[in-house]
Amino acid sequence: MEMWFSDIHTDGVKLSIRIEEQLFSSQSQVQRIDVLESRDFGKILVVDGDLMLTERDEFIYHEMITHVPMAVHPDVKEVLVMGGGDGGVVRELIKYDTIEQIDVVEPDPLLVEVCRKYIPEIANSLTDSRVNIYHEDGLRFIRSKGDAYDLIIIDSPNPFGAGEGLFTKEFYGNCYNALHEDGIMINQNESPFYTEEAFQCQRMHKRILETFPICRVYQAHIPSYPSGHWLFGFASKKYHPLNDLDKVGWKLRGIHTRYYEPRLHAGVFALPVYVEALLRDVENIE
Amino acid sequence: MERSKQTRAPIYEALENFRRNRVVPFDVPGHKHGRGNPELVQLLGERCVSIDVNSMKPLDNLCHPVSVIKEAEELAADAFGADHAFLMVGGTTSAVQSMILSCCKKGDKIIMPRNVHRSAINALVLCGAKPIYVNPDVDQKLGIALGMKREDVIRAMEQNPDAVAVLVNNPTYYGICSDLRAIVKAAHDKGMLVLADEAHGTHFYFGKDLPVSAMAAGADIASVSMHKSGGSLTQSSFLLTGKGVHPGHIRQIINLTQTTSGSYLLLSSLDISRRNLALRGEESFRAVTALAEYARDEINKIGDYYAFGREMINGDSIYDFDPTKLSIHTLDIGLAGIEVYDILRDEYDIQIEFGDLGNILAYLSIGDRIREVERLVTALADLKRRYKKDKTGMLSQEYIAPKVVMTPQDSFYAAKESLPLEETAGRVCSEFVMCYPPGIPVLAPGEEITDEIINYIVYAKEKGCSMTGPEDERIQRLNVLKNCEVKEYGNVVF
Repeated sequence: MEMWFSDIHTDGVKLSIRIEEQLFSSQSQVQRIDVLESRDFGKILVVDGDLMLTERDEFIYHEMITHVPMAVHPDVKEVLVMGGGDGGVVRELIKYDTIEQIDVVEPDPLLVEVCRKYIPEIANSLTDSRVNIYHEDGLRFIRSKGDAYDLIIIDSPNPFGAGEGLFTKEFYGNCYNALHEDGIMINQNESPFYTEEAFQCQRMHKRILETFPICRVYQAHIPSYPSGHWLFGFASKKYHPLNDLDKVGWKLRGIHTRYYEPRLHAGVFALPVYVEALLRDVENIE
Repeated sequence: MERSKQTRAPIYEALENFRRNRVVPFDVPGHKHGRGNPELVQLLGERCVSIDVNSMKPLDNLCHPVSVIKEAEELAADAFGADHAFLMVGGTTSAVQSMILSCCKKGDKIIMPRNVHRSAINALVLCGAKPIYVNPDVDQKLGIALGMKREDVIRAMEQNPDAVAVLVNNPTYYGICSDLRAIVKAAHDKGMLVLADEAHGTHFYFGKDLPVSAMAAGADIASVSMHKSGGSLTQSSFLLTGKGVHPGHIRQIINLTQTTSGSYLLLSSLDISRRNLALRGEESFRAVTALAEYARDEINKIGDYYAFGREMINGDSIYDFDPTKLSIHTLDIGLAGIEVYDILRDEYDIQIEFGDLGNILAYLSIGDRIREVERLVTALADLKRRYKKDKTGMLSQEYIAPKVVMTPQDSFYAAKESLPLEETAGRVCSEFVMCYPPGIPVLAPGEEITDEIINYIVYAKEKGCSMTGPEDERIQRLNVLKNCEVKEYGNVVF
């Protein structure tokens, strides 16, 4: 018997992965959640039919969204993770013993429960004593916060579903307000390749530019995501992602990674010409 | 309301039958189920164009319903607690006009608040009836027109015992209701009809703990915008009549101006939406009210915004308040409502219903979800952080009491001349001027132009209100009457 899961990338492109077993499927208050087992990508978390992460390549995404700002900001104590109920970002964060507080805002309690049961290697990080999980709407949570965090990581899947609110100008504005005066905000910035996502890429970049003085985009290669080429946004009130990079300091922390590396850090901000052009398109309006 | 019958949707069912029979069309419309216009099909979809069909025996005829449209009307009448219901396809504008034309002829007096929608005064231009305006009460802080005070309406009735009807907004755009039951009683005692503009009151018929609906209050005719809170397609609407109103006469009046090619997309949307509200309306509107109350609380927590609600009720000019309406006073952050309206759209991709000088109105309905409400609230918080400034010099007064010189019809058709706006003070206007939305005229034909009105127009334009009405689309000039002495035509404004 053959069973295949297809992640729809565009109307005309999909990625199909052969599935050995469907481990879990349920509809929560917020969304439908599925966990699949595959030979090539290991366990796969699927939300509302969209591939969220695979055991095989999640480390790339989670390392890149976490260690880039951590190697720049000299003294991160308070971190806010928006989304991130799978625990991947938190797993990377708790590698830093200087971090004192990690607030995770994940609207869906079922997602956390499912991840802890089926992908404990990732989600058990959420039991760390520094972690507080808030099951509420991200926009509602952020509205009441001011001058509270050193780092905000926006780990929200896509700009079309339940997390749409986390891709808006009002959200970025309230994040700015929630950060300390030298705070950094990192967002997953979609893929620049397919037309629809490229448009979202531009919109996000434009909105963040309107809000933060320093805005740079960096990239990573994530095989299971549409086009495999993924962008992240680095928005900051004070620190520059390259000029303020402390390569030696980060190395001395002795943190184990499989993708991130300070030498790589310097390279990921160098973008392909077509991506530069895409971003410059909205930068010029300013 | 007979619940079991309300599960039917006769027009929709007839259309489904029609589609299954694969009838070969040798009649209009010429796109022939979309085959002649593939681009239209691509835009609207196969299903949609396949039911864009003409009147025919199995589908009935809107001008003279005898079968499925008649049944749909009967079901609607039952659902709304009316004696008769008419399906309207020219918007609530056509319902309001038909309602007025059915009871007023040239020279008849009709009592109405001056903060009516333009469609009501338009009807007076058409039929030549004479408006007796009641000045609505005004909230000085918010700058908005409220409902009519009972004593003002009753005084207008006493001084004009020959008036044929009273028109009431139930509710206003802001969700404010006058004491409709008391007005109905007083009017009926004097032999006057009561007409209700319920463009914003569809849900009153289905929700619990909402203001009284016109039919329940005993009004004679009501215009109900099914396409606003009722969920049907834009332009579709109901005209409802109570006891003692002859449906045949109303039908004749409607047919004076209504199309003979009523759209089945609109008609079936009325049919399905009526069914939905009859079966699930109570629950749906309870959710809408809860959402609006949540939004009010959250917005008021931000500070400097005032999202007003039932605490406004004063027993008279705010006899009741529609809790599904989310109006927010913005002047305390130093921005006019219309400026907040523009910023929300241009910078936050949030489109709200309208902004006036001091307030915005976000329209909540059965289609809203909590996540969009969170966006609105968060955007307002961010907007305040970025834009808050001193409010000195901001105008707030939305309502200016008119000086009526001539009937709308006489002035509309009189000899006129065009003058630059700033030279029109003291002259009589022959056209409408209004911000749209909300579409309540600041000037109607036959009213004197004053410095206060000119200042309002200039200020509203400067703040970015979209002004409509005059022939000159930039509103730099107004048409005024030639050789007309300014003299009020009697006891017309209360």
